Amino acid sequence: MSEKPLHFMPTEGFRERSKAVVENEFLQKSFRAAMDFLMTKRAAQFPDADELESLRRLGERIRQNSLDKLPALLTQLETNLTRNGIHVHWAENADQANAIILDICKKHGAKRMVKGKSMVSEEIEFNHAAEAAGVEAIETDMGEYILQLAGEKPSHIIMPAIHKTKQQIAKLFAEQIPGVAYTEDVDALIQIGRTVLRQKFLEADIGLSGVNFAVAETGTLCLVENEGNGRLSTTAPRVHVAITGIEKVVEKLEHVPPLFSLLTRSATGQAVTTYFNMISKPRQPGEKDGPEEVHLVLLDNGRTQPYADEELRKTLQCIRCGACMNHCPVYTHIGGHAYGTTYPGPIGEIISPHLMGLEATATLPSASSLCGACGEVCPVKIPIPDLLVRLRSEINSKPGSGSPLQGQGAGYSRLMTAVWRGWAAIYANPAFYRLYSWLVSRFNWLTPAGQGGWTSVRTPLRPAPKRLRDLLAERE
Amino acid sequence: MTEAATCRPPRPQAVYFFATCVVDQFFPGAGLDAIRLLEREGITVHFPENQTCCGQPAYTSGFHDEARRVARAQLELFPEPWPIVVPSGSCAGMMKHHYPALFAADPALTAKAVAVSARVYEFTEFLVTVLGITLEDRGGPTKVVLHTSCSARREMGVHLTGRALLGQLNQVSVAQQEHEAECCGFGGTFSVKHPEISGAMVQDKVNALRATGAERVVSADCGCLMNILGHAAWKDRQEGRTRPSLPGEHIATFLLKRTGGAQ
Ligand code: SF4
Repeated sequence: MSEKPLHFMPTEGFRERSKAVVENEFLQKSFRAAMDFLMTKRAAQFPDADELESLRRLGERIRQNSLDKLPALLTQLETNLTRNGIHVHWAENADQANAIILDICKKHGAKRMVKGKSMVSEEIEFNHAAEAAGVEAIETDMGEYILQLAGEKPSHIIMPAIHKTKQQIAKLFAEQIPGVAYTEDVDALIQIGRTVLRQKFLEADIGLSGVNFAVAETGTLCLVENEGNGRLSTTAPRVHVAITGIEKVVEKLEHVPPLFSLLTRSATGQAVTTYFNMISKPRQPGEKDGPEEVHLVLLDNGRTQPYADEELRKTLQCIRCGACMNHCPVYTHIGGHAYGTTYPGPIGEIISPHLMGLEATATLPSASSLCGACGEVCPVKIPIPDLLVRLRSEINSKPGSGSPLQGQGAGYSRLMTAVWRGWAAIYANPAFYRLYSWLVSRFNWLTPAGQGGWTSVRTPLRPAPKRLRDLLAERE
Repeated sequence: MTEAATCRPPRPQAVYFFATCVVDQFFPGAGLDAIRLLEREGITVHFPENQTCCGQPAYTSGFHDEARRVARAQLELFPEPWPIVVPSGSCAGMMKHHYPALFAADPALTAKAVAVSARVYEFTEFLVTVLGITLEDRGGPTKVVLHTSCSARREMGVHLTGRALLGQLNQVSVAQQEHEAECCGFGGTFSVKHPEISGAMVQDKVNALRATGAERVVSADCGCLMNILGHAAWKDRQEGRTRPSLPGEHIATFLLKRTGGAQ
């Protein structure tokens, strides 16, 4: 796996990257073991298929309700947050979001930031922007911290360092953390990380976090986590900045428990997480802790594109549980980095085209056998395979002939279009089909022995000497 | 099975057989065996001469106009109200679940597509849920392993019917494989567009199937069979085996053979 930070051009090099992982026996085994573990844990949380199905339907309805009323709910969220004393900012794209956060840092003279886990901050590549602005942003989620030391990006949205072995981490800690001796003892490694981070929490003047659910009716930001670093990042420093995508809003407080339950059970197979934070106000007079100032940055960054399309809007139902990757045979074989996007796996294949445009992501929707395992486990019932097929058609259609998606037609090829037209001309016409299939069966010995990718690991496909219709005719 | 028997639809006199292009051209024997099995049950099987392909290859590749053209031609093949039996979960899934949306722009065609899709049955589903078939095993003891396609499993929801049929054969033991519900890596054009990933997937599948020690793999989907058997044969060749290490066939062929042939 690449040791260098990846920059976002997934179409380029996707095949080489995935090939490298597929050919690495060690990675094959370790991804397989990790995914098996997660699948087993999730399955144990849902012993009752009917309960699971009704919970998924409820999750789907809650998320669809949020999206149906999105503009109104966002306004309501802003009103209630503001009333609670939380500052709300709107960012159209990554640059704006980075500028907003760095501006807040500047206003407070903040130079040391602690970060709770936030995939949106990965999406906007905040750490690069912070570094350029002279702000030290330290990841405090253990997985993210490991990756920051290694100079890598997450390979999974829930378990960012799932591609790393304890030996690699032991080596990394010994090399990168002053005074640390090499140890493969996992508990010791965690303690080493915690000791470093504890100091960072004490010194930090600003904290950054993501948001799992933003409740419109109350103006509450919910944060789900296991390590307590999220709580520390949002309470220890003087200032807390939360960042999230505009789709994360839910209408009512009562919508949170079912989504929370679906999230933790689907993601890590936990009935609940160790921490569940609800942030509704900055520190009030007389209170002993909590930040003096709280901000929320609401990011679009391409999300309004699927929002505008009834079918593609379903993409935004996602609660980022990662179950689709854990159950995806493609992800299991190539890991997260091969995708080259912030969000890998099935959800990455359907969301990245909107965040980055179809030019940059044209290969991704094709990297699926459409087996449907993702859609089957998705706790909010996103029809991922259908959305992949839809994106394929947007990619392959002639520029200007599909929906107004950024990069529509990016994979348009005159040759491929001609091939499929030719195919349709034969198969839509019974007489042509009869002639064609007669020819390929009678001349099946002419079938080439090399059939591109197919014969790289398979014997060639050869039509039978007689078709079924011939066998039937012979019977009579 | 008694409960299923009470809610079973009336037993039809006749059915349409939609073979699919893969069966017509690559697995004609499987198609013939499926037809013989249906006929043995006293069903008249009609094979519309003008059938070609359900349109799925173009559909999943994102060429929807082309898929629509081909699918459109199939809509006219089934004028009588008979069930349409398809010996492939993925083609059945295409006709049952994607035809209506494919013609959404044209109300008349949508109605036609809905009428067709409502009558589509995957072959094993039809044998179990409509015919309530009883099979009498005539063969000697053997161990097989069943591969159920992802479309049959997730789109058609018929992953239990193949197992139920094999379960009726008292000399046949059905092996359990690791990662049974995992895709074999076929995925139509996926297998040629992403050969490394598809290749790794089929390798895992073949290893899991072989590890069961089963004498053969059976499946109700010829797409998966092409992929699985093609890889197993390639591997045999690579490793210098002359006897196939994983032979396989369509479940129709296996069932017919085990139960005494066409009669
Ligand atoms: S698409 Fe569904 S399964 Fe995948 S991360 Fe989102 S909510 Fe989870």
